[in-house]
Amino acid sequence: MLHFARWKIALIVLVVAAGILMTLPNFFSTKQLESWPDFLPKNQMVLGLDLQGGAYLLYEVDKEDYIEKRMQGLVSDIRTTLREDPRIGYTGLGVQGDSAQVRIRDLTRLDEAEERLQPLVNPLVSNLFGGQPVNEFDLTVNDDGLIRFTYSEEGLDNRLTYIVQQAIEVIRNRLDELGTTEPNIQRQGTDRILVEAPGEGDPERLKDIIGETAQLTFHMVDQSMSGEQALQSRPPVGTVVKMSVDDPPFPYLLEEAPLLSGEDLVDAQVSFDQRNNEPVVNFRFNQSGARKFALITQQNVNRPFAIVLDDEVISAPVIREPITGGSGQISGNFTVEGANDLAILLRAGALPAKLTVLEERSIGPGLGADSIEAGKLASIIAGTAVIVFMILAYGRFGIIADLALLSNIFLIFGALTVLQATLTLPGIAGIVLTIGMAVDANVLIFERIREESRAGRSVISAIDAGYSRALGTILDANITTLIAAVILFQLGSGPVRGFAVTLAIGIFTTVFSAFTFSRLLVALWIRRRRPSKLPI
Amino acid sequence: MLLRLVPDNTHIKFMWLRKVSFPLSIVLVIASLAGFFTIGMNYGIDFKGGTIIEIKTDGPADIGAIRSELGALNLGDVQVQEFGGSDDILIRVEEQPGGELAQQSVVSRIRTIFEDDNVDFRRVEVVGPRVSGELAQAGAIAVGASLLAILFYIWFRFEWQFAVGAILTTANDVIITIGLFVLLQLDFSLSSIAAVLTIIGYSLNDTVVVYDRIRENLRKYKKKSLTELLDQSINETLSRTTMTSVTTLLALIALYVFGGEVIQSFTLAMIFGIVIGTYSSIFLAAPFLILLNLRADALSSKDDDEEKGPNAKATV
Repeated sequence: MLHFARWKIALIVLVVAAGILMTLPNFFSTKQLESWPDFLPKNQMVLGLDLQGGAYLLYEVDKEDYIEKRMQGLVSDIRTTLREDPRIGYTGLGVQGDSAQVRIRDLTRLDEAEERLQPLVNPLVSNLFGGQPVNEFDLTVNDDGLIRFTYSEEGLDNRLTYIVQQAIEVIRNRLDELGTTEPNIQRQGTDRILVEAPGEGDPERLKDIIGETAQLTFHMVDQSMSGEQALQSRPPVGTVVKMSVDDPPFPYLLEEAPLLSGEDLVDAQVSFDQRNNEPVVNFRFNQSGARKFALITQQNVNRPFAIVLDDEVISAPVIREPITGGSGQISGNFTVEGANDLAILLRAGALPAKLTVLEERSIGPGLGADSIEAGKLASIIAGTAVIVFMILAYGRFGIIADLALLSNIFLIFGALTVLQATLTLPGIAGIVLTIGMAVDANVLIFERIREESRAGRSVISAIDAGYSRALGTILDANITTLIAAVILFQLGSGPVRGFAVTLAIGIFTTVFSAFTFSRLLVALWIRRRRPSKLPI
Repeated sequence: MLLRLVPDNTHIKFMWLRKVSFPLSIVLVIASLAGFFTIGMNYGIDFKGGTIIEIKTDGPADIGAIRSELGALNLGDVQVQEFGGSDDILIRVEEQPGGELAQQSVVSRIRTIFEDDNVDFRRVEVVGPRVSGELAQAGAIAVGASLLAILFYIWFRFEWQFAVGAILTTANDVIITIGLFVLLQLDFSLSSIAAVLTIIGYSLNDTVVVYDRIRENLRKYKKKSLTELLDQSINETLSRTTMTSVTTLLALIALYVFGGEVIQSFTLAMIFGIVIGTYSSIFLAAPFLILLNLRADALSSKDDDEEKGPNAKATV
């Protein structure tokens, strides 16, 4: 146990040196690190959101809302399809729970209706099932003339996958526009999105920007009756009533089908209206959008059209003259920030579905800094207390245990830095706990050496036996803790994971430093001093 | 002269002490379980849903005024307390009826109260009903799964009595720690689960060290009575058990005092758990083996054990 080959000594010293070297960059500022030569490591530890401040937001696609909207769209598709020439008479068309249904009046034409509606099941290509097309909807036809579309399970999964992908893309665009540094946006489960924005000081604004669906559409205003009239009676077929953002809201009667949508936009910028100096949003259409816009404005001079954002009418200006340049302006009593946000949202694109916040945790930078300071102080005091205690208890061997402990701490920080694992506040607690428990292995060994020496062994033989007999115990004891750490990592989230990571790393470094490194130190000490009396 | 927490060659009759330690543990476990089922734990927002907001005010905060202003918002149960200083305030709001969106409006409504004051929002945590249910489930699974995994590991390394004894010992520690949470109404959150798992790890660590020595002595002294042998093993490891507890407690107490408010209940639970874990590995772990009829089995399987090869040899 006490004999070390040269290469082993070199290897052990190398590992400890590497730990120190990897930890080193954490003591310097990023600016100082820039002037370091290239061959030195420059990575610093990654701090969790609870230490550097920032926002953690967990979103979920609002499935009910999405299904409802999709079914409404389907109902209007069914209507158009059945009205095509030759018209098929129907009744009871509408959304029922999470399905869309219609009853065909003339049962003899049921087959014809089914055939005509068949394409609406919307085949989707899915790789999950070997490229076999999957239908978005299941179509059921009853003998009594009832035709029903319901979401198929695969269809919904497929849509959700697509929606989440697209939403992640849109959120990323928005955060980029907002200037958020290094946000982490990732999918969680089937229908969830995790957004982490380190250093974000204003989570409310972040939520405002992410949470807005930003579905922009342009509709013609239907002038056959006023919005109030339509609210009281029934709006004519093919039209809807939408409220304005004004206070109190004002109803507009709009053509249901949008003329253009936000997808046709290529740019949006804030500027100021020259007449009243109010902030407005200037937008530009892409080529096909510009062509459509030009055509619409030519045909509808002196008629009002409405700009609708997320089901609310922002403004409804009257078309004074054809707009052929492909650009336009939205004015609607904006504040500067409101106009700015709208421009960001329009540039980044619309979310494919509504998102709900399930979980939100945001830490201000002040609290994070305080936590780091408190963690540092606690670690230093804990380390010092343990170091002094070990010297009091084991004298010279205590110093060896302390050197092992120091190397252990460097190895933990070095490993955290190299692995770029996230250090969280519970993670710091894990390190402090490791400091306390790390000496356990040395305590086990030293107590064993005392025992063996009492049993009458010579110094060297007692030390040798102490190390070899304690090994099994050390391994058993540490493997049980490792099992707990691994499971904690598997099942935990966020800060708890950080704790599990430091605990697990701590176990490996502890076994190395307390067993191998301290044994080397003891061996070197014996070689030099050739002791005849056990100093513990 | 070096410091010795425990003198050399102690001969304390721990097995005899089980007449005290068993009833004591049974009473504590029953009391903890009773408290858990009647009073219940003070679940934090991680498991119950709701909102936590920590704010720092300019100068000492007027808690009474904040309380009455928040009361006017009709948010149900709202707690306002100082958090480490007179200018640091923690606000807890219970989960609002009406799903995920309702929770979100709590934050914005509270923000409007402090809009005009110079208030720093240090921490905002909102957990909706869906996530809180999942977190509670994941936490329970984590504790259960790790106990099971460790049970199998010890079973694989020792005889079955050791595995059962270790789990009983650990369960004792976990249940009494939960009793502490009930008694002090400490906030039980995700990090408390981490604390409980650490206690499991530590308690097992301690127990395994004692068991290791018992196994070694079982092989060495085949004639000794089990009671005598267990007493001897505990006495032999006593010095190590207390030394490690003291160093770990030193570190944790430093963390409790200097580590900041946020992790204080986390550290408190661990300090308590270490104390209980140390107690149980001395006073409960070995006596359980008598209860489980260790000797007969251990002797018969001893020889197979020796043949397991280098793995088993390393522990001799």
